[in-house]
Amino acid sequence: MAKKKDLSTGMSERTSDVILVAICAVVLVIVAYPLYYVLVASFSDPYEVYAGKTFLLPSGFTLDGYKAVFAEKNIVSGFLNSVKYTVIGTIFSVVMLYITAYPLAQKDLPGRKALSIFFLITMYFGGGLVPTYLVVKSTGLVGSMWSLFLPGGVAVGNMIIVRNYFQNSIPHDLIEASEIDGCSKLRTFFSVVIPLSMPIMAVMVVFSMVAYWNDWFTALIYLGGKGTPLPLVMRNILIKSSASASQAATISGGYAELNKLTELLKFCSMIVAAVPMLVIYPFVQKHFEKGFMAGAVKG
Amino acid sequence: MKKTTQTEPVVYPGDRISPAGSASLARPGKSLGQRITDNWQLYALLLIPVVLTVIYKYIPMYGIQIAFRDFKASRGYLGSEWVGWYWFQRFFSSPTCWRMIRNTVLISLYSLLWSFPIPIILSLIINQLRFHKFKRVVQTVLYAPHFISVMVICGMIRIFLSPSGGLLNLILGTQIDFLTQSSAFRTIYIASGIWQDAGWGCIIYLATLANVDPGLYEAAKIDGASVFQRIKNIDIPELLPMAILNLIMAAGGLMNVGFEKVWLLQTDLNRATSDVIAVYVYQQGIESAKYSYSTAVGLFNTAVNIVLLLIVNKVASKASDVEFV
Repeated sequence: MAKKKDLSTGMSERTSDVILVAICAVVLVIVAYPLYYVLVASFSDPYEVYAGKTFLLPSGFTLDGYKAVFAEKNIVSGFLNSVKYTVIGTIFSVVMLYITAYPLAQKDLPGRKALSIFFLITMYFGGGLVPTYLVVKSTGLVGSMWSLFLPGGVAVGNMIIVRNYFQNSIPHDLIEASEIDGCSKLRTFFSVVIPLSMPIMAVMVVFSMVAYWNDWFTALIYLGGKGTPLPLVMRNILIKSSASASQAATISGGYAELNKLTELLKFCSMIVAAVPMLVIYPFVQKHFEKGFMAGAVKG
Repeated sequence: MKKTTQTEPVVYPGDRISPAGSASLARPGKSLGQRITDNWQLYALLLIPVVLTVIYKYIPMYGIQIAFRDFKASRGYLGSEWVGWYWFQRFFSSPTCWRMIRNTVLISLYSLLWSFPIPIILSLIINQLRFHKFKRVVQTVLYAPHFISVMVICGMIRIFLSPSGGLLNLILGTQIDFLTQSSAFRTIYIASGIWQDAGWGCIIYLATLANVDPGLYEAAKIDGASVFQRIKNIDIPELLPMAILNLIMAAGGLMNVGFEKVWLLQTDLNRATSDVIAVYVYQQGIESAKYSYSTAVGLFNTAVNIVLLLIVNKVASKASDVEFV
């Protein structure tokens, strides 16, 4: 990237640096503080939190919330369901992206343009909620895990990014060389294109993981209450504020104690739901810009 | 674009002259049929994606016709009675129809007005940061909220806005229940949206700015241009095409108020501003199983989107060289 050498860094340069850094610092705090607050609150006594005693450090330090999270059957099973959907869904999605993008990246493929339009249309126009639901239902997917993956089909926006990456960032010489060496199209795909496309694959894996990990709307419509993923389990805790029966049974301290735990559970479950993705994305962050740029260049 | 070094370490017999009649050189002479058979493996790869797209994207489009029929599952699409514009008329005569249309348009319009310029301004600032470590930290933190589920975001909103001990009330020293105030709903929706996605929206602009020739900045500096002059004269013109492109795309989704956040933040008391078409489509279609009616309402929403997309595309492509759709 642009390495700017400090030529004559005059006073005005320094002043503007200070202004820019100050603005960024303010933005940084605005974005980071709410997340930090939830983290701190998840270790604190919720009554102290709501009394305004917790701003920077936990007060009334406790791990009860996390103990309750892992003791709560719904959350644990929701977590495991989400892990399952994320793993299978990500593999499915990335395979779909690749097997669609590779053929469409071949400029000499007969019918390439028509096929591209065939996929592109679905980006702008769809059947809508109910007509899609009816098809999913009539193909027997309602209540099955596959309803989360198959109806999504190909994520066209991401597919275009991958296709353009194949076209622009993988040297054409290499593909030609492997074909001259007698590789079939498929062989070239597996031994040249895939190994050279790891940066974009990493980005797509993360995008798919995030999408499946955070998704609950599809599960709400299609799963019919079976195999509920974590975010949907959390809806009862966060939005409806309902304590589960299993909790009530284990608490001896009466209603106040239960109430306290319900509040604590909110903070802890949010951390449990958010942290996995927040830990993962910085690893591929450096590829985001490149990936987006490759995708934005029209191919 | 700068070429990365990833191509260099790969060793292959690159100096070899291709033998006469190699597959790629002989291509022009081949008939269409021959080229199709040559590529059978590629078509085989496309088979599953095409089949899934036909089933789950195109058949539902065909199914939109139930908006004009009285759909009964037992009779199928074509067997159900044709009722013309009946469902649309019913929607337009329902008591909350105009409220929903108004809310949908206003939420989107204000969202667009706020969330479109902010990433541009942010990326102009971040791009000028000269301390690379700090710049990376800023970027990493700004992207973070994008990776958090709407469910968690709405949980946070509810906790922060809680009248008893919510962060915002603690800071303001008040006890307002913001989520029961319909006057606050749009602000909550839009502000949280900006908090979550403005940083992520910077990526495409930062990527564009990363391609600016560094020599341009050096020349501007030597000529005595300040940071703000450089932003004005170099960066903004560079970003303009991408910004217009994004604007067009956003305009096409103007009526696409996300179902998820509204549904999770809606309370009986803020309905005057939080009732939107998307939630109605869900409630009527999935919860009440009024398939035809819900489809008609959804179709109306889509139709408005398409018209908006076409209009904005036309206007914007006249104003610049960019044409996307």
